Amino acid sequence: MFGLGYNAILVTVGAGLLGASAGLTGTFLFLRKRALVSDAIAHATLPGVALAFVVMVALGGDGRALPGLMAGSALSAWLGLLAVGWLSRHTRLAEDAAIGAILSVFFGAGIVGLTVIQSLNTGRQAGLETFLLGSTAGMLFTDAMIIAIGGALAVVAVILLRRPMLAVCFDPGYAAATGRDVHRIDLAMMGLVMAVTVVGLKIVGLVLIVALLIIPPVAARFWSDEAGRVVLISGLIGAFSGATGAILSASAPNLPTGPLIVLAAFAVFAASFVIAPKRGLLASVLWHLRYRRRVHLRQGLLALAQGHPIYEAFTMRLLRRAGLARADGVATDQGRAAAANALLDERRWQILRSDPKFETTAALYDGLRPIDTVLTPDQITQIDRGLGPRGAA
Amino acid sequence: MSIELATDDGQAVLPGDLSQSPLAIRGLTVSYGDKPAVFSVDATFQPGAMTAIVGPNGAGKSTILKSVLGIVRPLSGQILIHGKPAARQIHLVAYVPQRASVDWDFPARVIDVVLMGLSRELGLLRRVRRTHLDRAMACLARVGMERFADRQIGQLSGGQQQRVFLARALAQDAQIYLLDEPFAGVDAATEAAIIDVLKSLRDEGRTVIAVHHDLSTVSAYFDHVFLINTTRIAEGTVAQAFTSENLHAAYGGRLPAMPAAGQAG
Amino acid sequence: MNGAEFVALSLPPILIGVFAAIACAVPGNFLLLRRQALIGDAISHVALPGIVVAFLITGAVTTWPMMLGAAGAAIIAVVLIELIRRLGRIEVGAAMGVVFTTMFTAGVLLLEQSDTSSVHLDVEHALYGNLESLIWLDATGWTSLADPAALAGLPPELPRMAVVALLVGLLTLLLWRPLTISTFDEGFARAAGLPVTAIGLLLVIMAAVAAVAAFDAVGSIIVIAMFICPPAAARMMTNRLDHQMGWSIGFATVSALSGYVLAGYGPLWLGFDNSISAAGMIAVMSGLILAIAARFGPCRARVAGS
Repeated sequence: MFGLGYNAILVTVGAGLLGASAGLTGTFLFLRKRALVSDAIAHATLPGVALAFVVMVALGGDGRALPGLMAGSALSAWLGLLAVGWLSRHTRLAEDAAIGAILSVFFGAGIVGLTVIQSLNTGRQAGLETFLLGSTAGMLFTDAMIIAIGGALAVVAVILLRRPMLAVCFDPGYAAATGRDVHRIDLAMMGLVMAVTVVGLKIVGLVLIVALLIIPPVAARFWSDEAGRVVLISGLIGAFSGATGAILSASAPNLPTGPLIVLAAFAVFAASFVIAPKRGLLASVLWHLRYRRRVHLRQGLLALAQGHPIYEAFTMRLLRRAGLARADGVATDQGRAAAANALLDERRWQILRSDPKFETTAALYDGLRPIDTVLTPDQITQIDRGLGPRGAA
Repeated sequence: MSIELATDDGQAVLPGDLSQSPLAIRGLTVSYGDKPAVFSVDATFQPGAMTAIVGPNGAGKSTILKSVLGIVRPLSGQILIHGKPAARQIHLVAYVPQRASVDWDFPARVIDVVLMGLSRELGLLRRVRRTHLDRAMACLARVGMERFADRQIGQLSGGQQQRVFLARALAQDAQIYLLDEPFAGVDAATEAAIIDVLKSLRDEGRTVIAVHHDLSTVSAYFDHVFLINTTRIAEGTVAQAFTSENLHAAYGGRLPAMPAAGQAG
Repeated sequence: MNGAEFVALSLPPILIGVFAAIACAVPGNFLLLRRQALIGDAISHVALPGIVVAFLITGAVTTWPMMLGAAGAAIIAVVLIELIRRLGRIEVGAAMGVVFTTMFTAGVLLLEQSDTSSVHLDVEHALYGNLESLIWLDATGWTSLADPAALAGLPPELPRMAVVALLVGLLTLLLWRPLTISTFDEGFARAAGLPVTAIGLLLVIMAAVAAVAAFDAVGSIIVIAMFICPPAAARMMTNRLDHQMGWSIGFATVSALSGYVLAGYGPLWLGFDNSISAAGMIAVMSGLILAIAARFGPCRARVAGS
């Protein structure tokens, strides 16, 4: 791997695993339209980290032991989650306000805790600041193992729980009606996100883990409309971002891993946003322009057919460019034929849409679709009987 | 530019005479996604009339109002108020949105909401004076809500909320009143009170246009009707346009039980 | 602590904290009611890259370029969020998450890659500020408040924060009506001819300016507490917007005062000789006030039946 050293390989594998599990679990929050709950979870870990450090030192141990810090952060993140839930259920605050309040207050408490630790004078630098922005410089084998095991457990949990979680994301009302315990499934979802957050704190820090939980799902959403597939793609994007960030960071001195992972994820998002087929920016802008042209052209033809004036310069320009009308607004021969066709089509649609027999077909009406693309010639003949003498436009 | 399928001629204002109509729409197409909400719609609303905009769910009724008000941006089309582009004439229009479109948990009293109707007059900094309060109270009295002026808006019933919205529009003292489903989810007393106020507005020579979904009351409440299902189906007086043939064209197979519309069927 | 020490060491940070809290709480009321509370979150995160870029361009940490940089970053963030939301059809929370985490990350990276050792700008400072360092060395006692020579030595953050709080207050007063109407009923506001989009953007810019001014004193994330907690607590005390605004200003002031005092003197009372983070303590106090209001406030619950 580009001649990376042992530690760099360790970090790369760890970051890739972390990215994958963040991408997988984050997708459920995203599909549930609660992506920013992860923001509250991440910030709410800080007081737990500080508290765990103090407790471990008080017990005579090493305040920096990762398992202890992780347990502390999980505890306070869980409290934060409960507080968000309580505020949005029992007061008039909306969930977004509850998230903002909890994340900032918990973070403030965490900062207070860090300064308390500084003032306790334990004689050495606690180094807990790395939990803010992450650090992989000194990743130990045991740290990497914790991340690997945590990530693997998260992946297993996602595989086991994917059906109920997807059901709740898709339609919580229906899921509840079919006997699923939505509240508990939601809690499981949050629990998973929390686990990934706690695992990732050390490597990317609490501010940037949020990015890893949100960006891959959003990027993945551009590539598929099918929820299960979005989960999978998001996991892949997360893994790719984690590994890429770690490799880039190892390739030059002083490039911090956490930010590079996030930027790698964002690069994937940006590319997806722009070039993805169907949902991507380019595709939808092109589609919109084409759609607008078609609508104007169609309206222009209908106006020509009925001898109405054309008010809009854009419509006129389109008609002229297509050779359907002259500069003075009079239809060319070709334009007259096309206009008559458009009018006939429109009248046939009118008949069809007022006939209960064609209800499903009527739903296809969009003002543009030629009727012979949805009906058989026989059906059209049948419709034409309804046109009467006015039909021969 | 819509299709002359139905018989909708013989009105006071002919479709071609745009400057005479308080509100005229030409070739309006609005699309929220890949299907148009309204397609190539023409409409010529009559001055001093009460017009119901009628059509099935998702037929683009509210979209018409929102386009007039500049809340949604059309793909194409023109909207003229008294013959001039709507954007420059918007001060002539008062709007009553759907009740469900706002958060009634907002910290405000009934009187605060009605005073919003005077915002154009009050500008940025002018203080609310006795005269403004009196006018706001008069508007509340017109909808029978003067006793609730100090009530928190979240404590009102649905019907009372709707009346407050109407009072706010009355405070705007406009030429044209656009109402989006004013009778949705309100009690019978409120419905009667609202229709009384709307009729008195019409009798003062103002134009009232309401999105309406209850076919059974169209004939009793309104004098004109505009039938829409993405495209215009028909427009005219209730007698001319509210025919079972047109209703079939608008509702397709989904025509709800329809009393009293059979005169021309 | 005598008067001289208090005026020199405590008065400036207390005042800065109070002004910062008020400047954020005032626009926070409208953000809260617009269900945009987390825009405050996003803005305070993107202030960092805005300031870093301004610093890289001008080479100095000076007020106006920093303000412009942060306001510009806020506008870019809001535009990007809208772009992703509308064109990408992504839910607003997720769109926000993508934009502010990325911009914050970019800020961190830029900061660590550029030489800022000569100036007072680093990531931890950006995250939780350093209120305690904003002292007034020229002060010799209360009389210094009337001494022009001593006043010239005030920490520049103090007049800056005071001016920003004043500006935010005046602008809110000026825009009170349009802000209220467009917050309550956007459709009606448009129909009444109000420039709803511009009003919304102005609110965001106002919040951004407050955030960046407060940023120096209390850091980016604790700014969020001031945006959200005092207005949220105030909402549970009253059902009238003007009263809510008053309560929120009061709560902001109390949080700043009590937070600073507890952080500065609390440890001394307990027998420690180091103080703890004032900014963090201010956030904690605002949270405590919110918790009390959420439990006992007269208007804490949603009205049923609406």
